Amino acid sequence: MTIVLNGDAFETVEQVTVSRLLDTLHIDPRRVAVEHNLVVVKKSAYDLTVISDGDAIEVVNFVPGG
Amino acid sequence: MPDSLLTIADKSFSSRLIVGSGKYATNEVMVQALEASNAEMITVAVRRVNLSDRSRESLLDHIDTSKYFLLPNTAGCYSADDAIRAARLGREAGLSNWVKLEVIGDEKTLFPDNEALLDATRVLVKEGFVVLPYTNDDPIACRKLADAGAAAVMPLGAPIGSGLGIQNSNNIRIIKEASTVPVIVDAGVGTASDAVIAMELGVDGVLMNTGIAGADNPVEMAEAMKFAVKAGRLAYLAGRIQRKMYATASSPLEGVLGS
Repeated sequence: MTIVLNGDAFETVEQVTVSRLLDTLHIDPRRVAVEHNLVVVKKSAYDLTVISDGDAIEVVNFVPGG
Repeated sequence: MPDSLLTIADKSFSSRLIVGSGKYATNEVMVQALEASNAEMITVAVRRVNLSDRSRESLLDHIDTSKYFLLPNTAGCYSADDAIRAARLGREAGLSNWVKLEVIGDEKTLFPDNEALLDATRVLVKEGFVVLPYTNDDPIACRKLADAGAAAVMPLGAPIGSGLGIQNSNNIRIIKEASTVPVIVDAGVGTASDAVIAMELGVDGVLMNTGIAGADNPVEMAEAMKFAVKAGRLAYLAGRIQRKMYATASSPLEGVLGS
Protein backbone atom coordinates (compact mmCIF):
# COMPACT_ATOMS: atom_id res chain seq x y z
CA MET A 1 0.00 0.00 0.00
CA THR A 2 1.03 3.61 -0.43
CA ILE A 3 1.09 6.15 2.33
CA VAL A 4 2.18 9.78 2.33
CA LEU A 5 5.28 9.95 4.49
CA ASN A 6 6.69 13.41 5.23
CA GLY A 7 4.91 14.71 2.16
CA ASP A 8 6.05 12.03 -0.30
CA ALA A 9 4.47 8.78 -1.51
CA PHE A 10 5.95 5.79 0.31
CA GLU A 11 5.39 2.08 -0.29
CA THR A 12 4.93 -0.07 2.77
CA VAL A 13 3.31 -3.31 3.86
CA GLU A 14 -0.38 -3.58 4.73
CA GLN A 15 -1.39 -3.16 8.39
CA VAL A 16 1.92 -1.57 9.33
CA THR A 17 2.06 -0.04 12.79
CA VAL A 18 3.88 3.17 13.65
CA SER A 19 6.44 1.10 15.59
CA ARG A 20 7.10 -1.16 12.60
CA LEU A 21 7.34 1.76 10.20
CA LEU A 22 9.93 3.55 12.36
CA ASP A 23 11.84 0.29 12.70
CA THR A 24 11.86 -0.16 8.92
CA LEU A 25 13.19 3.39 8.57
CA HIS A 26 15.86 2.81 11.26
CA ILE A 27 14.49 5.67 13.30
CA ASP A 28 14.92 5.69 17.09
CA PRO A 29 11.36 6.24 18.37
CA ARG A 30 12.65 8.11 21.42
CA ARG A 31 14.04 10.88 19.24
CA VAL A 32 11.02 11.70 17.12
CA ALA A 33 7.36 12.63 17.18
CA VAL A 34 4.81 11.16 14.81
CA GLU A 35 1.64 12.60 13.39
CA HIS A 36 -0.98 10.30 11.84
CA ASN A 37 -3.57 12.05 9.67
CA LEU A 38 -2.90 15.34 11.48
CA VAL A 39 -3.19 13.79 14.97
CA VAL A 40 -0.11 13.37 17.17
CA VAL A 41 0.50 9.75 18.12
CA LYS A 42 1.60 9.25 21.72
CA LYS A 43 4.77 7.17 22.04
CA SER A 44 2.82 4.68 24.15
CA ALA A 45 0.47 4.12 21.19
CA TYR A 46 3.10 3.39 18.51
CA ASP A 47 2.57 -0.37 18.80
CA LEU A 48 -1.19 -0.05 18.55
CA THR A 49 -1.52 2.53 15.80
CA VAL A 50 -2.17 0.82 12.47
CA ILE A 51 -1.57 2.83 9.31
CA SER A 52 -3.94 2.40 6.35
CA ASP A 53 -3.55 2.92 2.62
CA GLY A 54 -3.46 6.63 1.79
CA ASP A 55 -2.80 7.77 5.35
CA ALA A 56 -0.56 10.76 5.95
CA ILE A 57 2.33 10.26 8.35
CA GLU A 58 4.74 12.92 9.53
CA VAL A 59 7.90 11.99 11.40
CA VAL A 60 9.66 14.99 12.93
CA ASN A 61 12.59 15.62 15.21
CA PHE A 62 14.44 18.52 16.76
CA VAL A 63 16.91 20.40 14.62
CA PRO A 64 18.98 23.48 15.40
CA GLY A 65 16.85 26.62 15.45
CA GLY A 66 16.35 29.97 17.09
CA MET B 1 20.93 44.22 45.33
CA PRO B 2 21.04 40.51 44.54
CA ASP B 3 19.15 39.63 41.40
CA SER B 4 16.16 37.35 41.55
CA LEU B 5 15.63 34.36 39.31
CA LEU B 6 13.84 34.56 35.99
CA THR B 7 10.59 32.77 36.69
CA ILE B 8 8.29 31.79 33.84
CA ALA B 9 5.25 29.66 34.65
CA ASP B 10 6.50 26.97 37.07
CA LYS B 11 10.21 27.19 36.22
CA SER B 12 12.98 29.43 37.46
CA PHE B 13 16.24 30.16 35.71
CA SER B 14 19.33 31.86 37.11
CA SER B 15 20.34 33.01 33.63
CA ARG B 16 18.28 35.68 31.91
CA LEU B 17 19.80 34.81 28.55
CA ILE B 18 17.98 32.32 26.33
CA VAL B 19 19.84 31.18 23.24
CA GLY B 20 18.99 29.46 20.00
CA SER B 21 20.81 26.42 18.64
CA GLY B 22 20.58 27.40 14.96
CA LYS B 23 23.10 28.51 12.34
CA TYR B 24 26.32 27.28 13.96
CA ALA B 25 29.07 26.14 11.61
CA THR B 26 29.47 22.88 13.54
CA ASN B 27 27.81 21.14 16.45
CA GLU B 28 31.05 21.45 18.40
CA VAL B 29 31.03 25.24 18.13
CA MET B 30 27.36 25.24 19.12
CA VAL B 31 28.06 23.21 22.24
CA GLN B 32 30.94 25.50 23.25
CA ALA B 33 28.85 28.61 22.62
CA LEU B 34 25.93 27.28 24.67
CA GLU B 35 28.36 26.57 27.47
CA ALA B 36 29.97 30.02 27.26
CA SER B 37 26.58 31.76 27.22
CA ASN B 38 25.64 30.25 30.58
CA ALA B 39 22.08 29.97 29.24
CA GLU B 40 19.82 27.32 30.72
CA MET B 41 17.06 27.42 28.12
CA ILE B 42 17.84 26.57 24.48
CA THR B 43 15.48 26.90 21.54
CA VAL B 44 15.20 24.17 18.92
CA ALA B 45 13.09 23.79 15.78
CA VAL B 46 10.73 20.95 14.84
CA ARG B 47 11.32 19.60 11.34
CA ARG B 48 10.65 16.50 9.26
CA VAL B 49 13.19 13.74 9.77
CA ASN B 50 15.49 13.45 6.77
CA LEU B 51 14.48 10.03 5.47
CA SER B 52 16.99 9.89 2.63
CA ASP B 53 20.01 10.45 4.88
CA ARG B 54 19.67 8.64 8.17
CA SER B 55 23.37 8.97 8.90
CA ARG B 56 22.95 12.54 10.04
CA GLU B 57 23.44 12.98 13.73
CA SER B 58 20.55 14.02 15.91
CA LEU B 59 20.74 17.40 17.61
CA LEU B 60 19.99 15.58 20.84
CA ASP B 61 23.30 13.73 20.53
CA HIS B 62 24.96 17.07 21.23
CA ILE B 63 22.71 18.95 23.64
CA ASP B 64 22.80 17.65 27.21
CA THR B 65 19.12 17.73 28.14
CA SER B 66 19.92 17.17 31.81
CA LYS B 67 21.70 20.52 31.72
CA TYR B 68 19.61 22.55 29.28
CA PHE B 69 15.87 23.02 29.14
CA LEU B 70 14.75 22.68 25.52
CA LEU B 71 12.24 25.15 24.18
CA PRO B 72 10.80 23.93 20.86
CA ASN B 73 9.77 26.68 18.47
CA THR B 74 7.23 26.82 15.67
CA ALA B 75 9.52 28.74 13.35
CA GLY B 76 8.56 28.64 9.70
CA CYS B 77 4.83 28.34 10.40
CA TYR B 78 2.64 30.82 8.52
CA SER B 79 -0.73 29.84 9.95
CA ALA B 80 -2.17 29.23 13.39
CA ASP B 81 -3.01 25.64 12.38
CA ASP B 82 0.54 24.82 11.31
CA ALA B 83 1.98 26.41 14.45
CA ILE B 84 -0.42 24.41 16.61
CA ARG B 85 0.59 21.18 14.82
CA ALA B 86 4.28 21.98 15.31
CA ALA B 87 3.70 22.76 18.98
CA ARG B 88 1.90 19.47 19.55
CA LEU B 89 4.66 17.52 17.79
CA GLY B 90 7.33 19.38 19.73
CA ARG B 91 5.62 18.45 22.97
CA GLU B 92 5.59 14.79 21.99
CA ALA B 93 9.22 14.88 20.83
CA GLY B 94 10.49 16.73 23.87
CA LEU B 95 8.08 15.69 26.60
CA SER B 96 7.68 19.25 27.80
CA ASN B 97 4.63 21.41 27.29
CA TRP B 98 6.58 24.61 26.65
CA VAL B 99 6.60 26.24 23.23
CA LYS B 100 8.15 29.32 21.69
CA LEU B 101 5.20 30.19 19.52
CA GLU B 102 5.92 31.82 16.19
CA VAL B 103 3.34 32.50 13.51
CA ILE B 104 5.10 34.36 10.76
CA GLY B 105 3.22 36.86 8.61
CA ASP B 106 5.76 37.80 5.99
CA GLU B 107 8.83 36.11 4.51
CA LYS B 108 10.90 39.23 4.03
CA THR B 109 10.55 40.71 7.49
CA LEU B 110 9.60 37.55 9.42
CA PHE B 111 7.27 39.79 11.37
CA PRO B 112 4.64 37.89 13.30
CA ASP B 113 1.01 37.59 12.20
CA ASN B 114 -0.39 38.81 15.50
CA GLU B 115 -3.98 37.82 14.77
CA ALA B 116 -3.03 34.21 14.03
CA LEU B 117 -0.56 34.28 16.92
CA LEU B 118 -3.33 35.22 19.32
CA ASP B 119 -5.60 32.48 17.92
CA ALA B 120 -2.86 29.86 18.28
CA THR B 121 -2.02 31.08 21.79
CA ARG B 122 -5.63 30.63 22.91
CA VAL B 123 -5.82 27.08 21.52
CA LEU B 124 -2.49 25.97 22.98
CA VAL B 125 -3.12 27.52 26.41
CA LYS B 126 -6.39 25.60 26.51
CA GLU B 127 -4.42 22.42 25.74
CA GLY B 128 -2.14 23.03 28.70
CA PHE B 129 0.87 24.48 26.91
CA VAL B 130 3.18 27.04 28.46
CA VAL B 131 3.13 29.47 25.57
CA LEU B 132 5.93 32.00 24.95
CA PRO B 133 4.85 33.96 21.87
CA TYR B 134 7.28 35.85 19.66
CA THR B 135 5.45 39.08 18.91
CA ASN B 136 5.77 42.63 17.66
CA ASP B 137 7.01 45.37 19.94
CA ASP B 138 3.38 46.40 20.32
CA PRO B 139 2.10 46.94 23.87
CA ILE B 140 -1.49 46.13 22.89
CA ALA B 141 -0.56 42.88 21.17
CA CYS B 142 1.48 41.91 24.23
CA ARG B 143 -1.44 42.72 26.54
CA LYS B 144 -3.80 40.58 24.47
CA LEU B 145 -1.36 37.67 24.47
CA ALA B 146 -0.95 37.85 28.24
CA ASP B 147 -4.74 38.04 28.65
CA ALA B 148 -5.01 34.94 26.44
CA GLY B 149 -2.81 33.07 28.90
CA ALA B 150 0.70 33.43 27.47
CA ALA B 151 3.27 32.62 30.17
CA ALA B 152 5.56 35.38 28.91
CA VAL B 153 5.58 37.77 25.99
CA MET B 154 8.54 38.00 23.64
CA PRO B 155 8.52 41.23 21.66
CA LEU B 156 11.12 41.58 18.94
CA GLY B 157 13.88 44.15 19.36
CA ALA B 158 14.34 44.24 15.56
CA PRO B 159 13.69 41.78 12.72
CA ILE B 160 14.99 38.24 13.27
CA GLY B 161 18.64 37.93 12.34
CA SER B 162 18.96 41.64 11.52
CA GLY B 163 21.35 42.57 14.30
CA LEU B 164 19.87 46.07 14.35
CA GLY B 165 19.46 46.26 18.13
CA ILE B 166 16.44 47.59 19.98
CA GLN B 167 14.55 49.70 17.45
CA ASN B 168 11.78 50.99 19.68
CA SER B 169 13.07 51.11 23.20
CA ASN B 170 10.14 53.22 24.33
CA ASN B 171 7.66 50.53 23.28
CA ILE B 172 9.70 47.85 25.03
CA ARG B 173 9.66 49.96 28.20
CA ILE B 174 5.90 50.47 27.95
CA ILE B 175 5.36 46.74 27.34
CA LYS B 176 7.39 45.90 30.43
CA GLU B 177 5.67 48.51 32.58
CA ALA B 178 2.22 47.19 31.70
CA SER B 179 2.95 43.48 31.50
CA THR B 180 1.53 41.02 33.99
CA VAL B 181 3.90 38.29 32.69
CA PRO B 182 7.67 38.24 32.08
CA VAL B 183 8.91 40.14 29.03
CA ILE B 184 11.69 38.60 26.95
CA VAL B 185 13.19 40.60 24.09
CA ASP B 186 13.41 38.09 21.27
CA ALA B 187 15.34 38.84 18.09
CA GLY B 188 17.35 41.70 16.71
CA VAL B 189 20.32 41.70 19.07
CA GLY B 190 23.53 42.23 17.08
CA THR B 191 26.19 42.73 19.70
CA ALA B 192 26.65 42.94 23.44
CA SER B 193 25.58 46.57 23.82
CA ASP B 194 22.18 45.71 22.28
CA ALA B 195 21.63 43.12 24.99
CA VAL B 196 22.71 45.59 27.67
CA ILE B 197 20.23 48.17 26.36
CA ALA B 198 17.42 45.61 26.34
CA MET B 199 18.10 44.61 29.92
CA GLU B 200 18.50 48.24 31.06
CA LEU B 201 14.95 48.83 29.86
CA GLY B 202 13.89 46.48 32.63
CA VAL B 203 12.87 43.42 30.63
CA ASP B 204 13.17 40.04 32.27
CA GLY B 205 15.40 38.39 29.71
CA VAL B 206 16.77 38.31 26.19
CA LEU B 207 16.54 35.57 23.59
CA MET B 208 19.03 35.51 20.73
CA ASN B 209 20.49 33.20 18.13
CA THR B 210 22.11 34.89 15.11
CA GLY B 211 23.87 37.53 17.23
CA ILE B 212 25.95 34.72 18.70
CA ALA B 213 25.99 32.08 15.98
CA GLY B 214 26.76 34.59 13.23
CA ALA B 215 29.67 36.28 15.01
CA ASP B 216 33.18 35.66 13.73
CA ASN B 217 33.87 33.93 17.02
CA PRO B 218 30.56 32.60 18.35
CA VAL B 219 32.03 31.23 21.57
CA GLU B 220 33.55 34.57 22.55
CA MET B 221 30.37 36.41 21.56
CA ALA B 222 28.35 33.99 23.69
CA GLU B 223 30.50 34.91 26.66
CA ALA B 224 30.13 38.62 25.83
CA MET B 225 26.34 38.16 25.78
CA LYS B 226 26.43 36.43 29.14
CA PHE B 227 28.16 39.47 30.66
CA ALA B 228 25.99 41.92 28.71
CA VAL B 229 22.73 40.48 29.99
CA LYS B 230 24.13 40.45 33.50
CA ALA B 231 25.52 43.99 33.21
CA GLY B 232 22.28 45.38 31.81
CA ARG B 233 20.26 43.70 34.53
CA LEU B 234 22.52 45.00 37.30
CA ALA B 235 22.45 48.52 35.87
CA TYR B 236 18.65 48.40 35.70
CA LEU B 237 18.41 47.25 39.31
CA ALA B 238 21.02 49.77 40.44
CA GLY B 239 19.06 52.68 38.95
CA ARG B 240 20.85 54.95 36.53
CA ILE B 241 21.50 58.66 37.08
CA GLN B 242 19.27 61.26 35.48
CA ARG B 243 20.39 62.63 32.15
CA LYS B 244 21.36 66.31 32.33
CA MET B 245 22.27 68.79 29.67
CA TYR B 246 25.30 70.27 31.43
CA ALA B 247 28.27 69.07 33.46
CA THR B 248 28.30 68.41 37.18
CA ALA B 249 31.81 68.26 38.64
CA SER B 250 32.85 64.97 40.19
CA SER B 251 35.65 66.49 42.28
CA PRO B 252 35.23 68.95 45.21
CA LEU B 253 35.00 72.60 44.21
CA GLU B 254 36.77 73.72 47.43
CA GLY B 255 40.57 73.85 47.77
CA VAL B 256 41.33 74.05 44.09
CA LEU B 257 44.94 75.26 43.59
CA GLY B 258 45.18 78.93 42.74
CA SER B 259 41.70 79.78 44.04
